[in-house]
Amino acid sequence: MLLELSNISKHFGAIQAVNDISLSLEAGQVVGLMGDNGAGKSTLVKMIAGNFRPSHGTMRLNGNDIVLHRPIEARQFGIEIVHQDLALCDNLSAAANVFLGRELRRGIGPLRVLDYKAMYRRAGEIFKELRSETRPRDLVRQMSGGQRQAVAIARTMISQAKIVLMDEPTAAISVRQVAEVLHLIRQLRDRGILVVLISHRMPDVFEVADRVVVMRRGRKVADKPIAETSPEEVTGLITGAIEGG
Amino acid sequence: MATTLDQTIARRQRTLGGAILGNQTFWVLVAVILACIFLSFATDSFATAKNLYNITRNVTFVAIIALGMTLVIITGGIDLSVGSVLCLCSMVLAVTMHAGYGIETGIAVSVATALVIGAFNGILIAYLGFPPFVVTLGMLSIARSLAMVASNNTVVFQFGPDHDKLLALGGGSVFGIANPVIYMIVLALLTGFVLRWTRIGRYIYAIGGNEQAAVATGLPVLPIKVCVYMVSALSAGIAGIIQTGWLGAVTTNIGAGMELQVIAAAVIGGANLAGGVGTAFGALVGAALIEVIRNSLGLLGISAFWQGTFIGSATILAVLFDRIRNFRQSE
Repeated sequence: MLLELSNISKHFGAIQAVNDISLSLEAGQVVGLMGDNGAGKSTLVKMIAGNFRPSHGTMRLNGNDIVLHRPIEARQFGIEIVHQDLALCDNLSAAANVFLGRELRRGIGPLRVLDYKAMYRRAGEIFKELRSETRPRDLVRQMSGGQRQAVAIARTMISQAKIVLMDEPTAAISVRQVAEVLHLIRQLRDRGILVVLISHRMPDVFEVADRVVVMRRGRKVADKPIAETSPEEVTGLITGAIEGG
Repeated sequence: MATTLDQTIARRQRTLGGAILGNQTFWVLVAVILACIFLSFATDSFATAKNLYNITRNVTFVAIIALGMTLVIITGGIDLSVGSVLCLCSMVLAVTMHAGYGIETGIAVSVATALVIGAFNGILIAYLGFPPFVVTLGMLSIARSLAMVASNNTVVFQFGPDHDKLLALGGGSVFGIANPVIYMIVLALLTGFVLRWTRIGRYIYAIGGNEQAAVATGLPVLPIKVCVYMVSALSAGIAGIIQTGWLGAVTTNIGAGMELQVIAAAVIGGANLAGGVGTAFGALVGAALIEVIRNSLGLLGISAFWQGTFIGSATILAVLFDRIRNFRQSE
């Protein structure tokens, strides 16, 4: 088991944001995490990404207990988050964003300079692998939503992430770009990466996810293979029309 | 005919020529060159060795500080204290040397003063979240006042045992090129190198582009911000040291209002006050345009009262190019 959450809870003062959640997630899976606003999805994901520490419960990665104090520690364990606002620098090229904080350099000792050529080439290879029409030299400012997602995802691939958490990657982009992003997600899964996909968009989850986890009011109300459920059932679970277990 | 994915990925967004034509710094450089050509024909005195020597030397003080300012502006900040820091550093150097210390001690104390002020600005801005405008506006007032305290508001023109060394440092020349110009070129190359070829340079752009993203990526955002304010103050200190050597005297009003010229130079040269954009070469070109305007007004017999109008117009015009390009892109 790649990632195991056991009885994870998080409260902010009197507010119980996440309540006693246990989850076991395998590599090479896409897991849709669904729930209404305020259901606790973001809080749960932020605990996995190291933004918050759980009030109770434990996290295990590859069978080892981990405690994350800061996002950088999560990244060291191979957990990457792709934020909704993507956290890209508009004024830099796609390649510069992909390698931000992990720049390739050439030269020796203290005389090492940025290796533009190698970064352009490597970023180009990754975009090709993702089958995305993204040019490494372009400024991110001039890119479409789908290309921006490709840049953000390419960044997780540089770091050899094992787990990629995606927060609403298909919100606010065009239909054609949604198809592009779903395609990117499958590419990640096929490389053996665990993708946790937070989304409000039922069709996207049903198209790309292998499993769906539904949360309501901080609790996990369902955890099923996508083949054994339906959009109607999931909608019912989200709203509370169907009582989950 | 559909292009393959390989071709698309390999394609450059713009050709080299297109990139140059869309570059504000390039057009300002063209303006500087055209102005120089025009002045060479329109006046007898512009293209003389003496005048060119003067222009290149006068450019340096604004240009050196504009290099430091450009770094600050790229991170999305501003440093209003540079004129006063120049004055304080000049005064610290002058007073130290006047008291009988050597030039090395004088420069060391002066540079240390600059670094301390820069660190103070930077720490307040980066770690305590003060707006850069407020902190450096306060420092503008503090540094000039300290210069008055240090000198008792007198003019210092005797620099102790190393008096001549100091004058040679700022007033001398090598192969007909004024010393300050050489310092400027070295510092510009250094700044340009750091911005283009080092990680810290890349991070400076990243902070200006999206500070939150830079933080989320784990870049050392706060130390870098402190660093750029230290470099900005240091550039003002260096300009102050050189200027002291050139002028041979320090008063407590040198560098007054200089911050505005420096910011104008950086902006004319293509630095964007919103952050994320700017180059070392642009800072030099911007400073050159300002100096050519100042110099030409005098030579053409236009009243010095018009200087501000021309420099101000140049600032607005330079940024206009950028706006026009943005409008085109957003269509």
